[in-house]
Amino acid sequence: MLRIAKFPIAVFALFILVFPWMARQIPAIEHYPDIMVFAGIYCLITIGLSLLMGYAGQISIGHAAFFGIGAYISGILTTNYGMNPWVCMGIGMAVTAVVAALVGTPSLKLKGHYLAMATLAFGIIIFIIFNEEIEWTGGPDGMPGIPGLILFGFEFDSVERYYYLVWGFVLAVFVFTVNVIQSGTGRALRAIHASESAAGAMGVDVARFKILVFVYSAVLASLAGSFYAHYLNFINPATFDLFFSIKLLIMIALGGMHNIWGAIIGTGLITFLSNEWLYYFEEFEVIVYGAILLFVTVLLPEGLAGVPGIIKGWFRR
Amino acid sequence: MSAGIEENVLELQGVVMTFGGLMALSNLDFNVQRGTIKAIIGPNGAGKTTLFNIIAGSFPPTEGTVKFKGRQIQHLKAHKIADRGISRTFQTVELFGNMTVLENVMLGCHTRVRTSFMASGFVLPQSRHKEKRIRESALKILKFIGLADKFKDSADSLPLGEQKLLEIGRALGSEPELICLDEPAAGLNETETHVASSLIKAINAKGTTVLLVEHDMKVVMKISDEILVLNYGRKIAEGPPEEIRNSPRVIEAYLGGEA
Amino acid sequence: MEKITLASQLLQYLITGLTVGSVYAMVAVGFNIIYNVTEIINFAQGEFVMLGGLIMVFLHVAIGLPLILAFPATIILVTLVGILLDRLAIRPIRRPSVLTLIIATIAVSILIKGTASLIWGKDPFDLPAFSGRNPITFLGAVVQPQYFWVMGFLIITAVALSIFFDRTILGKAMSACADNPDAASLVGINVKQMILLSFALSAAIGAVAGITITPISLMEYDRGAMLAVKGFAAAILGGLGSFPGAILGGLIMGSIESFGAGLVSSGYKDAFALIVLLVILFFKPSGLMGSTEISKIKRF
Repeated sequence: MLRIAKFPIAVFALFILVFPWMARQIPAIEHYPDIMVFAGIYCLITIGLSLLMGYAGQISIGHAAFFGIGAYISGILTTNYGMNPWVCMGIGMAVTAVVAALVGTPSLKLKGHYLAMATLAFGIIIFIIFNEEIEWTGGPDGMPGIPGLILFGFEFDSVERYYYLVWGFVLAVFVFTVNVIQSGTGRALRAIHASESAAGAMGVDVARFKILVFVYSAVLASLAGSFYAHYLNFINPATFDLFFSIKLLIMIALGGMHNIWGAIIGTGLITFLSNEWLYYFEEFEVIVYGAILLFVTVLLPEGLAGVPGIIKGWFRR
Repeated sequence: MSAGIEENVLELQGVVMTFGGLMALSNLDFNVQRGTIKAIIGPNGAGKTTLFNIIAGSFPPTEGTVKFKGRQIQHLKAHKIADRGISRTFQTVELFGNMTVLENVMLGCHTRVRTSFMASGFVLPQSRHKEKRIRESALKILKFIGLADKFKDSADSLPLGEQKLLEIGRALGSEPELICLDEPAAGLNETETHVASSLIKAINAKGTTVLLVEHDMKVVMKISDEILVLNYGRKIAEGPPEEIRNSPRVIEAYLGGEA
Repeated sequence: MEKITLASQLLQYLITGLTVGSVYAMVAVGFNIIYNVTEIINFAQGEFVMLGGLIMVFLHVAIGLPLILAFPATIILVTLVGILLDRLAIRPIRRPSVLTLIIATIAVSILIKGTASLIWGKDPFDLPAFSGRNPITFLGAVVQPQYFWVMGFLIITAVALSIFFDRTILGKAMSACADNPDAASLVGINVKQMILLSFALSAAIGAVAGITITPISLMEYDRGAMLAVKGFAAAILGGLGSFPGAILGGLIMGSIESFGAGLVSSGYKDAFALIVLLVILFFKPSGLMGSTEISKIKRF
């Protein structure tokens, strides 16, 4: 049975809870909660992506597009029309759901390389739109002045407040996704991954499930995009390029694609690599990512989440 | 079942299947009576697998109708056909290797449960209850097929004979009225074949109609109520085993027309 | 005084389109060579083009090697990179699945990109044109001679490849691998070597494309990804696995892009090829000249 233990989730939640306090005690890592906000935002995307790629076995190299759609809809509607940011978040998610369904329906009929290329092409097209529709998006110069988030007068205007907001969502989404994995739906997804024809013969509406999980992952990415926009108060198209889609891939590959914890682990590591450890070695960033991805693909196919299994294997001999 | 009413669970009329210029099946008519075991045999290339795939919904026939319990199904997709009450196994085992033995059978029960994405995410009490029921059903099936002690094992780890049993068990999960077995004895040794045949008989004894494609003549003769012989996509004989065994046309088809 | 008529304007777009399309065609041919032997789509294909351009810049401009030496030297060096790709990323994978191989080639493509950015930086580089920059007037269109070099090399590549695959033993061995790797190895063909050769050959062709196009459109470290996607689009348009299809697809793709940029919108230039790709994938994945490719899709 695919039992994802509840205890580690509780431990992790506790860690999240006390982390900002811990960071305040140690000057060297005082700024870590800020990085954790980004990690949390990216986790929202990678949790969905892990379900899509690791469990359902589909590929997407274009998820930066959904991240961007959420960010830009939030940005445009709040700065140009002064709408309530939470409502805009919902609108962003709804629009993304529609776009994902439209793109996903023909794409998910494709397999393997064709699906990968279709998502790749889609991602780049959206990126080009962000760059070209200057009237709406501000083009390559970006869109400044995006307001922050307020709920019933409570302003999320500090790093710590935003940290708890984002990670609250991450934990909720994580638990939700774990529940899906452990349910009949999760079983159907894993069956699709193993054999689409057998799954179909057993009554699984393969096409519907694939689109469902694709839309779910897209909507989460959109949510993440909205959080991103309201945190930085500024967005520009460069954030939502092909390389970011690949970075997402690296996050779940590093963590371990077939394990939902892999999404959290990999995303955390890559985010810290990006924002902290490689900060002064920016030119090496791309090479490091390429090397990590290659290393993981060839030598560690189950990612870091697979390491305990490998060690257990050594002891068995 | 009332005496005297022989219901046809499956009816094929005028089924034709052409691939490009090749006619794989031509003008096929046959029925499967409820509660019987019907075997389809024929030399290689006779069209048996094509026929099976049409019934199971992999693709529609070029012409003709397939009726299940009186309603046409030839245009339906595989998962809809499973919903109607037809289940199947595959010629080369297609288990879900990434799941356990138990999970494979639980997936087989998929049609009996309406799982919604949202409901499974929020773990509403109804879905937890459904899960429990499916688990119990699946364990019962595993006991029936003799794999109960291996329920936690990965499906990949089973030997071929048990994998074939598991696939049958998975197909039973939906409590089908008609189960289609594609070469259930292929690749099995004598002991395993014996276990498989006994299982098929037991399934039939419980009331499930069985349609099978098989090359192993001993199995076919032993368990079938009726046999349909195909050659070059055409029906050349249909009847009880003794009739088929002695039919000169059938003998000629196998010996004379060996592909 | 030159009259710029609509006809000559269109001709201009066409020639530009055919030139750019020649590059796409060469990338597409490279895709097909590897795909035919391995069923892998090499996402790093575009990086070979980029490396061809930048290494040539290094040898010819920075060091000053004459064109006649730098050209083959560049091809050899890029071919080595192709061989490394097979050795380090493809061969060592223990349980090759479609997803794993896709990710492996993506990994190599960003590794190459990252290395290039370290060595050459992020600025674009130029190469002197092979036969100067005096424009040639051709039926009312004004064309740089380099354009003809690009198209010419496409023709040379196409001819050389068809001789290779049809007339040489090595080439026939590779075709055999493509059709049926098991049978091929049974008759003594070393399939692993053929795979290596396919990567080497693809890299070489990519290098040629990069060397010839740089004098026209410059070259920088991150051009690889878009070239790969567009080259893939060309390959699919022509029917994955078909060489004449790849060439046709490349030229058509380049022309669509050129006309689109000229007549519709230059900002969306890159999007045209991508939209065409999506349309083909959604409606006719077997492309113009492919027919049995559908069954290959099902193999995934």
